[in-house]
Amino acid sequence: MKADPHGVLTGTHFIDGDHACCEGALAAGARFAAGYPITPSTEVVERFAARVPTVGGTFIQMEDELAASITLQGAVWGGAKAFTVTSGPGFSLMMEHIGYAAMTETPCVFVDVQRGGPSTGLPTLPAQADMMQARWGSHGDYEIIALCPNSPQECFDLTIKAFNLAEEFRVPVMFMMDEVVGHMTEKVVIPPADQIDVVARKHTRKSIEDYLPYGSNGDMVPEMAHAGEGYKFHITGLTHDERGYPNMTPQTQDKLVRRLQNKIRSAADRICLFEEDRLEGADVAVVSYGITSRVAQRAVEMARERGLKVGKLRLITAWPFPDRKISELAARVKSFVVPELNLGQMVREMERAAGGKAKTFAVPHAGGGVHHPDEILKAIVEASRC
Amino acid sequence: MAKGRVSIVVERCKACGFCVEFCPTHVLALSSAFNSKGYHPPHVVSPEKCSGCDLCGMYCPDFAIYGTKVGEMKASKAGGGEE
Amino acid sequence: MLKVVDDTVNPVEPFLRSDRMPHIWCPGCGIGTTVNSFARALIDSKIDLQSLALVSGIGCTGRVAGYVKLDSFHTTHGRAIPFATGLKLANPKLNVVVYSGDGDLSAIGGNHLIHAARRNIDLKVICVNNLIYAMTGGQTAPTTPGHATTSTNPYGTFEPAFNLPHLVEAAGAVFVARWTTFHVRQLARSISEAFQKKGFSFIEVISPCPTLYQRRNKMGDGLDTMKYYKEKSKVKHGAPTSEVGLTLNGEIAVGKFVDRDRPDYQSMMRAQYVESLGERYIEEAEMECVCG
Repeated sequence: MKADPHGVLTGTHFIDGDHACCEGALAAGARFAAGYPITPSTEVVERFAARVPTVGGTFIQMEDELAASITLQGAVWGGAKAFTVTSGPGFSLMMEHIGYAAMTETPCVFVDVQRGGPSTGLPTLPAQADMMQARWGSHGDYEIIALCPNSPQECFDLTIKAFNLAEEFRVPVMFMMDEVVGHMTEKVVIPPADQIDVVARKHTRKSIEDYLPYGSNGDMVPEMAHAGEGYKFHITGLTHDERGYPNMTPQTQDKLVRRLQNKIRSAADRICLFEEDRLEGADVAVVSYGITSRVAQRAVEMARERGLKVGKLRLITAWPFPDRKISELAARVKSFVVPELNLGQMVREMERAAGGKAKTFAVPHAGGGVHHPDEILKAIVEASRC
Repeated sequence: MAKGRVSIVVERCKACGFCVEFCPTHVLALSSAFNSKGYHPPHVVSPEKCSGCDLCGMYCPDFAIYGTKVGEMKASKAGGGEE
Repeated sequence: MLKVVDDTVNPVEPFLRSDRMPHIWCPGCGIGTTVNSFARALIDSKIDLQSLALVSGIGCTGRVAGYVKLDSFHTTHGRAIPFATGLKLANPKLNVVVYSGDGDLSAIGGNHLIHAARRNIDLKVICVNNLIYAMTGGQTAPTTPGHATTSTNPYGTFEPAFNLPHLVEAAGAVFVARWTTFHVRQLARSISEAFQKKGFSFIEVISPCPTLYQRRNKMGDGLDTMKYYKEKSKVKHGAPTSEVGLTLNGEIAVGKFVDRDRPDYQSMMRAQYVESLGERYIEEAEMECVCG
């Protein structure tokens, strides 16, 4: 369906990534946010708090991230599209509830505007060091989807995508921004509402007698109902069966967690978005995401000016990791260069997916700033020699 | 003629004794029978004294007993008479 | 399997997920008894069950959500109140009940308890207080009276216990009552009263945990405890909540302690926005933006 025009601020704007993310959420149909302030993410909810009373909806600032991350889920079951926004320390606090969202299949979006860590770290400076945490931060076996914007425009566009994926797969989606993308101001074009595609909640049309909260309808994503509609359903974080009732046996566990995993993995090809640049005939592929991809672009240009056969792959979807794409690329190129604002996180996935078919050169950065293009260029030159 | 009647769901009982103790007219006692979990469910010893007050039902933590006033509206098929 | 040979129905039965009976609570545990009072209150208040949602946390009392035939949510430890807040704010037409235990609500959930009371979120909170962390095997809770024996204080506790009515009154609750599982009718009445109020209502129910608290403290079984409650409790409507703290062998003050009026969160929110934004304020979101 198309976006609700009430939430779409059509026009050409000059705003930063945080603000663009808020507009993306509103355009996607989000009408509830529960937040707790944390630099450098706070502006997202500050803007939402200012916008939502004239759009229709609610913002509540909760007493901590533990509350914010579950309040938004209550709102989802009450019928809203909902999200929260945080950075590293808050992201850590939200982990239990990200697991709860995955287990109960609550569609929602968690925005993490990454900053230097660990612990309090560098509140006002960038990093990309929560990437593994986005995937593995909560306990148990579960899958999430994670997207990485690299510009304020993408903070708008991909937030809509995040909400759409959340609804399509009934999964919490991690929106992995970073402090630079969040605080950089650029042109953001917001189209008219009828040009924005929005995915509706997979709401059941079954009768009260026939509806099963976690029943199969031919695919791995069950239909949802909201509280107050008469379905009298039960939702629990305990291992449960199709009725939603706790059923704590190894058989039920196996069936449930495999479905939670497979509903994402089986659709990986559809979920994995990336951007390719001159990978045909390349010896070296520079693989990056988020703000680092813009520095990497410069390094790639510099390398090509020197006659090196370098191409670029930008990960827009970080999770599920695009195994197939990387494996296929690894057979064509000699090596990968993977710059990240961390001491090596997604590069481990690269190595795993490449399966030894290509060499991987990490370009780590402890965070607090972005790479200098020369650092990445140096790695490209080294990678070209192997 | 008793004013009330007690119904006992034997398989749910855990023999806590609340109903026996708090029945105001001492209608009940724990029986020597067993349910399948090994508990002694209550049984009615003084049926004529039952007023149908349903205090037994209010106290029962296991939803295993309840009292109804005789002549009270009979329930619909749903829930009653099931095996 | 009901094995009922007549055609009457337990008045509680329509509120239960009969397909999940018998439940897991121990013989003599009082939680089931509180559910009877809750069901009575629903009948007496003529609450529309379709618009009633029940949220619980983790623990023995937390299992109530799984046994009631309502839209029910078994959430994470301590977080039933914020989940319930989100539910209520997204759909103000819902009647939202939080049904959880003393550890869940006052320990890990303590922060959320006081903030929801401060904000006067329109929630009905039923706190079953068995003075212990029961589900995990009987550890000291913030409500365990001093000098009690628990699994983590095997030589006796030495911390003062929370006086929950005092805590929630100070935080801002508009309705505060306490009963024990002995007071089945009074409890049902209090719950009914809470349904008539708008704002944060808190009803504490002292309940036996015969397997852990009572056993370790040599207080007998569930029935002994019910008789103990009958003996030790004293109805003190309107008592100052500072005076209703519980001790190991002392008096159990019960009754309605607080019944006051102040605007609930959503009324205050609406008033503020109307004042600031006038006609520009749009209260309800278009639901079409979710389901299409």
